[in-house]
Amino acid sequence: MAAVRVLILRAPGTNCDEETQFAFELAGAHACRVHINRLRENPRQLRDYQVLVIPGGFSYGDDVAAGKILANQLRYYLGDELQRFRDDDKLILGICNGFQALLKAGLIVPPARKPKHAVCLNPDFLGAKEDAVEVIPATLAVNAHGRFEDRWVFLATQPGRCPFLAGYDRWQVPVAHGEGRFLCSDEATWQALERQGQIVLRYVDAEGRLAGYPFNPNGSQGNVAGVCDVTGRVLGLMPHPERHILPTQHPHWTRRGLASEGDGLRLFRNAVYYFQ
Amino acid sequence: MLWEIAIYPVEPDAEHRRISQELREGNVQATLLCTGRVYLAISEESSPCSVGMLAMALLTDAVLERYAIVPAGARLPLDGILKRAGAEENERQRAPSQEATIVTVLPRPDVMDPVVESVTLAARDLGLSHIRVLRTGRRYIFAERLEQSLLDRIARKILANEVIEEWYLGPLPESVWRALGRVYRLQRVEVPLRQASDEELLRISREGQLALSLEEMRTIQQYYRQLGREPTDIELETLAQTWSEHCSHKTFKSAIHYVGADGSRRYENLLRDTIFAATETIRQRLGPDDWCVSVFRDNAGIVRFDERYHVCFKVETHNHPSAIEPYGGANTGLGGVIRDVLGTGLGGKPIANIDVFCFAPPDWPEAEIPAGVLHPRRTLRGVVAGVRDYGNRMGIPTVAGAVCFDPRYLANPLVFCGTVGLIPVGLEHKRPKPGDLIIVLGGRTGRDGIHGATFSSLELTEQSETISSSAVQIGNAITEKKMLDVLLAARDRGLYHAITDCGAGGFSSAIGEMAAELGASVHLDRAPLKYQGLSYTEIWISESQERMILAVPPSAWPELQALCVAEDVEAAVLGQFEATGYLRLYYEGQLVGELDLHFLHEGRPKIVRHATWFPASSPPGQMQTMCPTHQTGSSEQNDVCGTQAESLLPGESPTVELVPSSHSKTESRSAPQDWTLVLLGILRSYNVASKEWIIRQYDHEVQGTSVLKPLVGVAHDGPGDAAVIAPVRGSFRGLALGCGINPCYGDYDPYWMAASAVDEAVRNVVAVGADPQRIALLDNFCWGNTDRADLLGALVRAAEGCRDAALAFNTPFISGKDSLNNEFHSGDIHYVIPPTLLISALGIVTDVRRCVSMDFKRPWNLIVLVGVTRAELAGSHYQLILNNAGRMPIQTTGNDQLSAWQRVPTVDFSLAPRIVAAIHQAIQRGYVRACHDLSEGGLAVALAEMCFAGGFGADIALPSYGTAPPRGDNGSDMRLSVSVLEGNLPDDVILFSESNTRFLLEIPPEAEADFRELFTGLPWCILGTVSDAPQLTIFDSQRRHRLIDASLDELKAAWQTALTEQLT
Repeated sequence: MAAVRVLILRAPGTNCDEETQFAFELAGAHACRVHINRLRENPRQLRDYQVLVIPGGFSYGDDVAAGKILANQLRYYLGDELQRFRDDDKLILGICNGFQALLKAGLIVPPARKPKHAVCLNPDFLGAKEDAVEVIPATLAVNAHGRFEDRWVFLATQPGRCPFLAGYDRWQVPVAHGEGRFLCSDEATWQALERQGQIVLRYVDAEGRLAGYPFNPNGSQGNVAGVCDVTGRVLGLMPHPERHILPTQHPHWTRRGLASEGDGLRLFRNAVYYFQ
Repeated sequence: MLWEIAIYPVEPDAEHRRISQELREGNVQATLLCTGRVYLAISEESSPCSVGMLAMALLTDAVLERYAIVPAGARLPLDGILKRAGAEENERQRAPSQEATIVTVLPRPDVMDPVVESVTLAARDLGLSHIRVLRTGRRYIFAERLEQSLLDRIARKILANEVIEEWYLGPLPESVWRALGRVYRLQRVEVPLRQASDEELLRISREGQLALSLEEMRTIQQYYRQLGREPTDIELETLAQTWSEHCSHKTFKSAIHYVGADGSRRYENLLRDTIFAATETIRQRLGPDDWCVSVFRDNAGIVRFDERYHVCFKVETHNHPSAIEPYGGANTGLGGVIRDVLGTGLGGKPIANIDVFCFAPPDWPEAEIPAGVLHPRRTLRGVVAGVRDYGNRMGIPTVAGAVCFDPRYLANPLVFCGTVGLIPVGLEHKRPKPGDLIIVLGGRTGRDGIHGATFSSLELTEQSETISSSAVQIGNAITEKKMLDVLLAARDRGLYHAITDCGAGGFSSAIGEMAAELGASVHLDRAPLKYQGLSYTEIWISESQERMILAVPPSAWPELQALCVAEDVEAAVLGQFEATGYLRLYYEGQLVGELDLHFLHEGRPKIVRHATWFPASSPPGQMQTMCPTHQTGSSEQNDVCGTQAESLLPGESPTVELVPSSHSKTESRSAPQDWTLVLLGILRSYNVASKEWIIRQYDHEVQGTSVLKPLVGVAHDGPGDAAVIAPVRGSFRGLALGCGINPCYGDYDPYWMAASAVDEAVRNVVAVGADPQRIALLDNFCWGNTDRADLLGALVRAAEGCRDAALAFNTPFISGKDSLNNEFHSGDIHYVIPPTLLISALGIVTDVRRCVSMDFKRPWNLIVLVGVTRAELAGSHYQLILNNAGRMPIQTTGNDQLSAWQRVPTVDFSLAPRIVAAIHQAIQRGYVRACHDLSEGGLAVALAEMCFAGGFGADIALPSYGTAPPRGDNGSDMRLSVSVLEGNLPDDVILFSESNTRFLLEIPPEAEADFRELFTGLPWCILGTVSDAPQLTIFDSQRRHRLIDASLDELKAAWQTALTEQLT
């Protein structure tokens, strides 16, 4: 059987692409790192792959807001191909900066129509008072304490339809981000996500209970660590599963001895299994 | 049409909270209502529609933010802003909008603004290429109409740093949008030098910020007299850059006549004759086992790692820029050392960063801050943010470091940044060939960073922040990351013959060095510029960040160019290397400078410098040496000391009976509470206290190579000795990174400061599992003005200490750097930093699965002390906190005690390497469950740290004189045993002495027999056991008195809160 083909999308400032490639290769996939300029030149090459990954980093420096410029590129240049990719029963994964980009591109929570004055403070000046605009009703904001933070977290999983997370319960991975606080703009959006089983990963304490800082490292609404789209095939998460592939990556390995593998490896293997 | 797009958060954001906090800390009465981000744009259309689309689709997060668009100069829709965004209801009501004060802060036009580039690119993505964002900024809206003096203070001290930023009150005037560039017309400038008097020579040097001495100016004058012409400005600048202390290390390489308490001697070249020489001796000793690949030659030192890779390592300082603009200074400091690694051999791939800082205490009183100096808290926050933003964006884990606090760093904070890289075997050497094109790759050249190299070679004054603002830059990490991606690909395809970074001196140093053995022609008008209007000299010496120079064979240029285009990296041909022996500089075809490369690199006059060193006749009471040197008399000194005494001990200071009244008898001095209070005091001292607030802001796990993290233990918050990474995926071979720094010891003897720093750096990496036969060292000297013979003497002593310690441990120095003139003048106040030496160690770990962390692992395991404790309290933290409590017990009757306060920790050069070898053996045998080195605070602090990191207590009895390892079954090894105490030491000395080469180990009882055999003939003893009770209890050797009795919670809280509460 041919190896599952994974496209790891690289943009200026992407910096977790190599370890993500390593994780997929350990899981048995054939993973290629491709610069977004190449994909923009020829979006159809996406059709050669079964998994698309947007890895962590600081795409375009996170200038303006984390993942925002890359999100716009996904939305305006690759929107149709991405739609088709997902509808072809393929998988999309966004880790950290990749999650920020997927979310802001509207690939996890779809855009909603709002009156313009909901966003603009002087719409009368623009002469466009009644215009409606499309906005994405959820975001990843600056961490509640305002700082970038690297720390290990416990995750509780409700995999639902999300193939990446099959078989996961409670597991440990590190987070490392400055803008990871998941927020919905309104209660309805939140309710819909919960109802549809899209909140697949939450930060918990060692006993699996929802808990505050430092267990919830960024102050996310409902302790959200990862969200999938309605199909379950598009997953975005702030923690870094590719940083817990090897047993020596766990912060307690000198206390507990070496495990056979890191908790994160299963996620990558799940993606490969999905096509076999 | 000019537009202002402003984005306002709907709830107070992190910036709002940060400013509010600083207003509180500064006791400023002003109410911040709202913050915002401002984008100044120019559009070809007069309708606001497209600008609105940019705001909507790119700049605003609809969940968190609202935007407002106004044409340049128009009134802001303040009511709308305050109604919908940010401001709390009650604050708004208190403040009618016409009363509000609006302040907008923008980076100065010449300063790098990375956001401008990104946003302009993103606008193009949206099909809005007719809009250009010119500048970005931050806005602050206050409830009150602030009076001018208060406004000035807030804007200057809190909102903006005028070195790199400017601020405006109210709506922005149209002039703010103005284009940055101006037209430059070639004007070749000659400097009349041949007829100049000595006075005029010095004036030319001073006014041109050349930092050349009279001797050097005369040499240049003589040279041009012989040539029969005047130098052009660019020639003079090139000489100044190349001959600067920063680029040539002229002090360290000069001939020195030394007279000291230990005799007199002469060095022809201090660096070559001490530190280099030690490395040469070690390499000869190692013979075929020599693992050095390239030392003291390239941008970084290179040693062997495994069959496929070499590893290179470099640590740089960026002190002067960080003093006047902490964020930018630290940001570009790290960016610079990363480029050093990129420009080592044919290019190293950066795999880890380290950072070490020295600051004044963060609670230093505002009133004591001289003009032109930033508060240490602001400096610290800015420096940490600068390192964080650059390292994290580059995707390089920042894995190790240290922070030292001492009031003498008030005006001269020190910022050390280091980078480790991997170089494939075979790519470690470079050499440009005649005919190779000179390619500049990466960022564009602007007016930022003019005169950085010469600026850093001068002392700081209160005017430094205004006259040298152009010496400071802001980095753009993403430009460097893109450059890194392209360079590694080009390296692997063999597209260039040589590479180096543009650091201090810009093109002048980079091209000047690369062409040293050839010659080159450079066409300065071909450099891509950020904006028009730069003179040829400005282009030549600009230190704009994120640029590399490559020597590319003409046949490879098309492929390299295509690679750059594919990833949006700019590259241009500046000229060609040619075997002429001359550096020829052109602008628009006209020759503007011509320099003989031999004169440039070898022409600097050699002078003999005089150095002296005598130990202080009385104990260098920390009270004096801890203070900035005030020249106005002793009464003022005491004032400063008074405040400092309290400031170093935050929180509840252990003032109650810190030192027992009778010091003469060992028995009567152990009033139970006292030593616990001392221990808590040391744990709370800023040097020892947890740096978690800083460490967690760095991504220390990116690249997925982490094996031992900087914070370890059951709750991931204990102080690891060294970080370990396994940099090659799929391999278990690792690197341990650690460092040693202790300026307090230098107050007593710089020689032992240096030896102690080497010992500490070696201990740190050995404690986690590095092979002591595979440790490479770096030195970084930060000194005051070495024109003073005593400071130069201290430098000689320190270099000799480095040499002797390196020889003893067989650990070669592979690279180093010095930063002199860390002094500051303001009025009649003169600040000098303590001589500061950072030793960084890189150790190879054969198999990372054998690594050990410092946290206790299991109750009932044995706790073993290895190494000799001596009465060495000079420069110790014990002494420091007693000083600060005003209780320095110099007058005691015990003779041993008296000398202990004067004796600085030494290193037993024959015993120390045997100890670290045995520690390594024990770790390799797999039974060492925890290992921690003894450093600041000595035994008591190390025990406390192992306890609270592991979540277990310990039950300890101090050794007594003559305590040797328990007898073996055959009784034969007693004879070979060595006492762990030198003489009959009082309990407090055993608890707090900082003697070198000591370790604490946790081993299971069943390993004791093997351990005993392994440590035959070495000093070690069993102190006690790990316990399941959460309590650290230390008895005297007779188990009669509890010397220390403290709960883990109490110990941990003292250690964790002291620094954190100053910073959050």
